Amino acid sequence: MVSGLINANPVVYEKKERRQRPASIPDADEYSAEAIDQLEVFDHVRDIKDPEHPYSLEELKVISEDAIEVDDRRSYVSCFRVTFTPTVEHCSMATVIGLCLRVKLMRSLPSRYKVDIRVAPGTHATEAAVNKQLNDKERIAAALENPNLVDMVDECLAPSYA
Amino acid sequence: MDFDDEGSNFELKEIQTLSGHTDRVWSLAWNPATGTDDAQPVIASCSGDKTVRIWERSALTRSWDCKAVLEETHTRTVRSCTWSPSGKLLATASFDATTAIWENVGGDFQCVSTLEGHENEVKSVSWNASESLLATCSRDKTVWIWEVMPGNEFECASVLQGHTQDVKMIKWHPTMDILFSCSYDNTIKVWAEDDTGDWHCIQTIGESSNGHSSTVWAISFNAGGDKMVTCSDDLTLKVWEADIEGMRSGNNQVLWKHLSTLSGYHDRTIFSVHWSREGIIASGAADDAIRFFVESKDSVVLNSLILNFSLLMDWKTTAVVIPVAMILFLYCIFIV
Repeated sequence: MVSGLINANPVVYEKKERRQRPASIPDADEYSAEAIDQLEVFDHVRDIKDPEHPYSLEELKVISEDAIEVDDRRSYVSCFRVTFTPTVEHCSMATVIGLCLRVKLMRSLPSRYKVDIRVAPGTHATEAAVNKQLNDKERIAAALENPNLVDMVDECLAPSYA
Repeated sequence: MDFDDEGSNFELKEIQTLSGHTDRVWSLAWNPATGTDDAQPVIASCSGDKTVRIWERSALTRSWDCKAVLEETHTRTVRSCTWSPSGKLLATASFDATTAIWENVGGDFQCVSTLEGHENEVKSVSWNASESLLATCSRDKTVWIWEVMPGNEFECASVLQGHTQDVKMIKWHPTMDILFSCSYDNTIKVWAEDDTGDWHCIQTIGESSNGHSSTVWAISFNAGGDKMVTCSDDLTLKVWEADIEGMRSGNNQVLWKHLSTLSGYHDRTIFSVHWSREGIIASGAADDAIRFFVESKDSVVLNSLILNFSLLMDWKTTAVVIPVAMILFLYCIFIV
């Protein structure tokens, strides 16, 4: 484990104003006909804490509402593509951030929603390798059986459940 | 079996939902010695809940019941399971880096052996046709070949290196002792034994040989063993063929050649594919669709019978018995 932080001086941005939402049911209704939109997905992930700094992914501009795309062309399966931007090009935390995004959305969205997670093109040295890992369900499942990794993820996810 | 070129008279009907597992069901295996006049069909299923369940159809009620839960052995997800050709043993591959061998002792399944050696998650296990060899593969990039000895003893015969990433699945050829592996490194490798008893990779099917451009998830052979189909994260299925006579005469230089690529049928990762004895290729993908393909008489391009499932169920805890539906599916051809 490196003693120094990957990015000791991150740029912190202002948080976007929050839209008021009606009180929602704790467990997303599997049969709900109401489509989930980009903002709702963004609301699930904006407050995830960066693994290294006491700031949210939104504050560090790692994730933004525009970086979430919905693809509802097919009636029977809905897809989201979430693009995140690591703060530095060689960020070894990229896979952890990606994993946090995946876990949060897995726990928050009905299982019929398919989620693709990728780093913003051109923002990471091993972009293809990171993307491939984050979208391999077997690798993800195995990673989530690693207690140390799960603890790290849960710590980052804690502020996002409010 | 004769198939209408339109394929529009097919219907897949769900017979039953088997509940019991408390986490994702990763894989299923039909016991090859069952499903006959004397033996009711038996299925083994394995799950993220670290257990394996054995299901049997009741002769009386024709409904499927859980006969056994194989637990307290694997300490992590059980990723795949496969019966030995005689149906007497069940091998289970787990993320806990071990492979367990189970035997049915008077209705009670006992773990008779545990194969250790892989450095991390074991993904797949396969028995050869004569039940003399077992193969396992792992995220540690290796394929292990084990010799089956008397008294349920297993000895490691070879550790095959060559893949540069996780090996997702391995499958023995249906009739010959030739092993096939497919990987996260996008390639398919063919392994055979030489005269001195050493195992070598005799062919690597990569992108340059018309191979896949992303992770290859599964391999399946046709009944004759002269063709195989593979599926991938690149959204395609590929059919391959080889000179079977050449292979039988012991020629290890026989190469598998690309025959056909099926694209445009799935728009998300295709995780599994199976070539049935009747010649139907079934594929299952992350777009929640199952598709069936048959070879049309006039060309090598296979036709697709589209069956989309809108999954209202929670796939984590149920295992839809698709293969049994195949039997019912056959009845439907005559009825509909």
